[in-house]
Amino acid sequence: MMEKMIFGRYVPAHSVIHRMDPRSKLLMIFLFVCIVFIANNSWTYGLLVIYTFAMIALSKVPFRFIISGLKPVLWLILFTLVLHLFLTKEGELLFQVGWFSIYEEGLRQGIFISVRFFLLILMTSILTLTTTPIEITDGMESLLHPLNKIKFPVHELALMMSISLRFIPTLMQETDKIMKAQTARGVEFSSGPIKERVKAIIPLLIPLFVNSFKRAEELATAMEARGYRGGEGRTKYRQLSWGLKDTTLLIFLVILSVLLVLFRT
Amino acid sequence: MSKKQLVQLENVSFQYDSEDRFALKNVSFDIYEGEWLAIVGHNGSGKSTLAKLLNGLQFPQEGSITVNGMTLNEETVWETRRLIGMVFQNPDNQFVGTTVQDDVAFGLENNGIPREEMLERVNYSLEKVKMAQFLDQEPHQLSGGQKQRVAIAGVIALRPSIIILDESTSMLDPRGREEVLETVKELKDIHKMTVISITHDLEEAVRADRILVMNKGELYREGSPEEIFQMEEELVQLGLDIPFPVKLSKTLKEQGVFLSKHFLSEEELVAELWTFHYKK
Repeated sequence: MMEKMIFGRYVPAHSVIHRMDPRSKLLMIFLFVCIVFIANNSWTYGLLVIYTFAMIALSKVPFRFIISGLKPVLWLILFTLVLHLFLTKEGELLFQVGWFSIYEEGLRQGIFISVRFFLLILMTSILTLTTTPIEITDGMESLLHPLNKIKFPVHELALMMSISLRFIPTLMQETDKIMKAQTARGVEFSSGPIKERVKAIIPLLIPLFVNSFKRAEELATAMEARGYRGGEGRTKYRQLSWGLKDTTLLIFLVILSVLLVLFRT
Repeated sequence: MSKKQLVQLENVSFQYDSEDRFALKNVSFDIYEGEWLAIVGHNGSGKSTLAKLLNGLQFPQEGSITVNGMTLNEETVWETRRLIGMVFQNPDNQFVGTTVQDDVAFGLENNGIPREEMLERVNYSLEKVKMAQFLDQEPHQLSGGQKQRVAIAGVIALRPSIIILDESTSMLDPRGREEVLETVKELKDIHKMTVISITHDLEEAVRADRILVMNKGELYREGSPEEIFQMEEELVQLGLDIPFPVKLSKTLKEQGVFLSKHFLSEEELVAELWTFHYKK
C-alpha cells in the first residue's frame, strides 16, 4: 500500500514529454508558476487551460492518474472558492437569502482562483508523472549548478536525494518485516482503539531507526572504500541531453507569456 | 614461495578508542601476488579490523602496512584504495546507486573516469559477473547474491589488483554464496588478481591457497588448507566449524576406516569412498 503511495507517481509511457530533458520540464514548471499570475480574465485563463490540456494530451498519461493527483487538494480548492463567494462583496448582487449574499465579483474571483490552483497542480503532476525521481534529481543538480559558486552544496544535496530515493523501498521492506515480527510478538497494528494503535508504532519505529543508523554508517564506509571524497574531480555517468523538443517547449511557453500579457486587462 | 609480495604487514597493532583491549596485537604477514588468501577467525578475532586497516579506513597505532611498495598513510590512502577493492557483508548497505548500472559507475565517477570509458567498463564488468541483463534494475528487485555480484562488478570496474571479501557471503543463502565465490574465482583467473577472503566460514576458506587463522587479535596459525584442517579440535576450540568432508573423514578414520588423507572437498571424499573396496 505504502509503495503505491510514492511509486504510483511515475507512469512509464513513450511520449514526447517523457523523453524530454528533465531540466526543460523543471524550467517549464517554474515559468508556468510565474505566468499563471498574469492571467486575469476569461481569455487569458482560457489560454492557460488550453495549454495545460494540450500538455496532458501530449504526455499520453491516462486521465485517471492525473485526477488521482487532484483528489488531496480538492478540499483546499473548494474552501478557497467558498471563501471568495462569501467574502468578496463587489460588483452586481447576484443572489440573496437573508444575510447570505453572493456578488458577481466574488463568483468570478472564486472561479479564477480555483482554476489557477487546478492548473498549477495539473502541471506539476505532468512533471512527476512523466519523469522518474532520479531524473528530477539530475535535472535539479544541473540547474542548480551555478549556485556552486556561492558555496551552495549542490552535489551533496543531489547525492542525498538519490540515496534517499534508493533506500525508500529498502526501508519499506524492512518496516514490513519488523511489523510482522512485532505482530508475531502480539503487537496489534490494525485493530484496537486509536491510542493503542499509536502506541504500537513505537516498537516499530525504534528498530527501524537503529537499523537506519547502522545502514548509514556501513554505507558511508562502503562509499569511502570505493573512493568517494566529495564532488570535486568527479565525473558523471548519467547524462542529460537537451534537444530540439526542449527548446521548442520553452519557446512555446514564452509565446504563451507574451499572449497572456497582451490579452490581460 | 618465490612470489612477489604485494602487501606487507609489520608488527601491526590496533586498538579502538572505546575499548581497552587491542583489536590487533603485533601482527605481521605478507600477501603474495595472485594468491587467494583466507583469513579466518571467530567473532572478535580481529579479522574485520584487519580488512579496515588494509583499506585505510583505520590506521594502525603501531607497525606499518605496505601495499605495492607504498606505506599506507593518510597521503597514500586514496591511491591504495584504487588498488584494493572491497566487498562488504551486507548486500544492501553497499549499494549506492539507484539502479545496477549507476551503482557500478559510482566508483568510476569518484575516480574521475571519462564518461565514454565508464560506459565501456560498466558493461564489461556487468557482463563478467553475469548481471548484464539487469542494467536498469533497482536494488530491491535483486536477490542478495545478485547484489553482491553487482558490488563485485563495481570493484572490477576499477581494475584493482587486490579484492577483499569482508564476510561477503555470510548473509547469503548457499546458492548465492556459490554464485559469488564462483564469480570471484573466474575473475581472479582472468585478471590475475589477489583475493583476500575474510570469513568465519571454513567451507569458503577451503578454496584458498593459504589460510591465516586469527585468534584474539593475534595471528594464530598460517598454512595451506590441508595443514590448517589437520588442527581439527584446535579449530573447534577457536570457535570455528570445520567443513563437513573433513569432519566425516575424521570420524571414518576413528571408526577404523583407512583413508589416504583428510579430504577437503566432497567430490574427493566421494571418489575415495566409492573406490574404497576396489582399492583394497
